[in-house]
Amino acid sequence: MTLQEIIKGLNLEVITGGDNLNLEVKDGYTSDLLSDVMANAQPACLWITLQTHVNIVAVAKLKDLAGIIIVNGRQPDKETRQKAQEENLPLLLSKETAFQVSGRLYQLLGKGK
Amino acid sequence: MKVLRTFKADLHIHTCLSPCGELSMSPRNIILRAVEEKIDILGICDHNSAENVPALLAIAKTYPVTIFPGMEITSQEEIHILGLFDNLEAVLQLQEEVYHHLPGENDEEAFGLQVVVNEQGEVLRFNPRLLIGACNLSLNQIVDLIHSFKGLAIASHIDRESFSLISQLGFIPSDIILDALEISPSISYYQALNRFAPHLPLVSFSDAHRPEEIGQSFTRFLIQEASLTEIRLALRNQQGRRVIH
Repeated sequence: MTLQEIIKGLNLEVITGGDNLNLEVKDGYTSDLLSDVMANAQPACLWITLQTHVNIVAVAKLKDLAGIIIVNGRQPDKETRQKAQEENLPLLLSKETAFQVSGRLYQLLGKGK
Repeated sequence: MKVLRTFKADLHIHTCLSPCGELSMSPRNIILRAVEEKIDILGICDHNSAENVPALLAIAKTYPVTIFPGMEITSQEEIHILGLFDNLEAVLQLQEEVYHHLPGENDEEAFGLQVVVNEQGEVLRFNPRLLIGACNLSLNQIVDLIHSFKGLAIASHIDRESFSLISQLGFIPSDIILDALEISPSISYYQALNRFAPHLPLVSFSDAHRPEEIGQSFTRFLIQEASLTEIRLALRNQQGRRVIH
């Protein structure tokens, strides 16, 4: 499923990386510990977190992630927006909780069938 | 001019005010243990509060120990940051800012008692705030606040798997203007150098929550006197002052 379809399905707000949405997303990873994401997230997955510090952009690039969904209506820091813009990384916002977003993405991706 | 000499410092000590601190961490017990361990400088850093600092300052007057008033603040990223000062007013100003951004009430059964005491160790009151919680201030905002009150900002126990700069943010942000990084007693200076290749000075303190932990880990500074200004010079390796590893 493409990132564009997921954005529509989960009603996400696109902050940055708007011309990079044809990426194929196969999986998701939900975590607020960046050290854990660096150790365990797989490439091309979509990362669900409530962290907003600029380091999330570097971690997403390092792990070659498809993008980041920031949950709970949190707003990314200014430096985070700038860095994501520079890197053309899809930074997406949801008003829902990590649990809700994860559950809905899990269903959208047809997991657990 | 005074000569430079070695000062032994343990700048990360909790008291019975921290919900996770033992009740035996009374001001007198802390000072007596520090004297036994030949510690010259103690940093009093309870979670998100400095209400036991006055009692420590009062007792320390009659002992050969200098107290640095401080706090261990929890940022919204859930990173622990030490703020250390050379006067009570500064830490109380910081405490006011932190309280303003710290939501919630303590649950004594879940987290423990938060005891404010006087210099005799008598209970003055119980702090009702959720001191174990996180403030809604970012890491950068807290570092700026500490510096605005002329304090030292040090990231706590960066080698730990929870509540540390590295566990929460993956790596040390290159633009961060911390004064030092603290490592816990479970890792040596050289292990930490290898593991983190830090661009900031490393210090090691005990993070004591029980009297017997005080001095378990410490840092020696080659400085003129037990002052925050001298510690700052040592961290920056200036004017002959330095951290002794």
